[in-house]
Amino acid sequence: MQLYDLTIHELGDLLRQKKASSREITESVFRRIRAVEPRIRSYVTLTEELALQQAKRADEKIAKDVGAIHELPLRGIPIGIKDNFLTEGIKTTCSSKILHNYIPPYNGTAVKRLIDEGAVVVGKLNMDEFAMGSSNENSAIGVVRNPWDLERIPGGSSGGSAAAVAAGECIAATGTDTGGSIRLPAALTNLVGVKPTYGRVSRYGIVAFASSLDQVGPIAKDVTDAAILLKALAGHDPRDSTSLNVPVPDYTKTLVPDIKGWKIGIPKEYFIEGLDIEVKKAIDAAIGTVKRLGAECVEVTLPHTDYGVPTYYILATAEASSNLARYDGIRYGHRNRSVRELIPLYEKSRSDGFGAEVKRRIMLGTYVLSAGYYDAYYLRGQKARTLIRRDFEKAFERCDVILTPVSPTPAWKIGEKIDDPLKMYLSDIFTINVNLAGLPGMSLPCGFTEGGLPIGMQLIAKHFEEEKMLRVAYAYEQATEWHKRRPKL
Amino acid sequence: MKLSKEEVLKIATLARLELSASEVEKYSHQLSSILDYVEKLNQLNIEGIEPTAHAVLVPTPFREDRVAQDETMEKSLQNAPDREETFFKVPKVL
Repeated sequence: MQLYDLTIHELGDLLRQKKASSREITESVFRRIRAVEPRIRSYVTLTEELALQQAKRADEKIAKDVGAIHELPLRGIPIGIKDNFLTEGIKTTCSSKILHNYIPPYNGTAVKRLIDEGAVVVGKLNMDEFAMGSSNENSAIGVVRNPWDLERIPGGSSGGSAAAVAAGECIAATGTDTGGSIRLPAALTNLVGVKPTYGRVSRYGIVAFASSLDQVGPIAKDVTDAAILLKALAGHDPRDSTSLNVPVPDYTKTLVPDIKGWKIGIPKEYFIEGLDIEVKKAIDAAIGTVKRLGAECVEVTLPHTDYGVPTYYILATAEASSNLARYDGIRYGHRNRSVRELIPLYEKSRSDGFGAEVKRRIMLGTYVLSAGYYDAYYLRGQKARTLIRRDFEKAFERCDVILTPVSPTPAWKIGEKIDDPLKMYLSDIFTINVNLAGLPGMSLPCGFTEGGLPIGMQLIAKHFEEEKMLRVAYAYEQATEWHKRRPKL
Repeated sequence: MKLSKEEVLKIATLARLELSASEVEKYSHQLSSILDYVEKLNQLNIEGIEPTAHAVLVPTPFREDRVAQDETMEKSLQNAPDREETFFKVPKVL
């Protein structure tokens, strides 16, 4: 085992026992990056010089007060940041040509919190452009490859985050999740990904995609690491008016492997035709394990499940078309210099700068919001959203946590769905409704296909009950070995 | 639902996008098939259902109306594609 293979809490033990320094850990990560990055392509920008400075400072602080690692478990740990998190003085592109040269004047709250806790910033991670995509193929920087099979996609939109953590190019990473963008890539790369409750983590300094759905969360190697990162990220922020002033529990304290008597809901609508047979087998086996741990599995029903994807593609594109209106070539980003009039300048700058999927979603969103269509699409979508939310409220009357698959299939081949947007959108069928309902959801490893591709399961809890899903995840993880596997590169 | 090329061009104008002929062709086809799929929502009975804008209800937060300066003017202008003194420079508007 190399240092880059270890988890945050394992490295914390080594730092405390003076068996490793942050400098050694950081150097191990950058050596790994040099060895595998040409094959994976998970980074947009590397910040090695900054990382080594931060590691030096962390080592000095650890030398002065070793005990503080308990309160500051991220001190000295190399973390990767998705490229839609604003980082002061460090290029933030959203994997888009329109922001190819954008240098933020400030750090977003999530980044600031990680840096304040002493984390080491490895660099900025590749993603689907503006977080729009399920495969990371919609990146102007380039396609990211899945470390488990280089011919396959890592999932999206936080594909760079997942690929980098899986390949040992950082110890853990941040992601954002609007319709499954943390959970899907985590599932396809054998990692743990958490999408917290809407309002749990501040989005100040995150490039907005669909503001009623976007959430920030961690991608990590195990449940403990995810809990450590979630604790650091979560909490009220007056700079984000949707951030809720709800106390943040110490998520690591909930990690006790005991779920005896817990009720786990299994929604029948998630076991449909089109669910890959190997994925179904793995989820069935996971249900068996949870039962052996003493939990009771009850069938629940989420009757409006099928309406999630169409609802999402109305609401998310409408919000995106409005959020992305700010990219006009005036205050930052790409400007087309061939025209001397204002409107053509907007049109040409935007057309040069946005990729095909982003344009498609802006067009769709503009259409559903345009005069005469609002009631038929947007308002109807918001009403469908109410029905989806109520499904979950009813289901949670019967159970503590809901268990489902994350992705209907394991990682697919690069190029397989790129020409069929609708087929791509359906990859999010099991994750999207969690965003629409604003619930916390997470993905964790639960098996492999015969061909060696990771399979993930999803746990969903009530608003602000992240602790419950983390507890079930931890109990399951302690009873299994999947999370210990690393890809051979 | 079939979007004509004219409709696609109209949406592009509203979205301030300039599309090539092949993009118009492609989007007319792709957006039509996505809209067909979205038609699925017409099967739902939404009579009397309240719309959900945000799944977690957040009361409007208030703060004191106090002047604060987070960013310096220079930092806010550092990404300007074109500027003059302390202004963003744009083509003639009127």
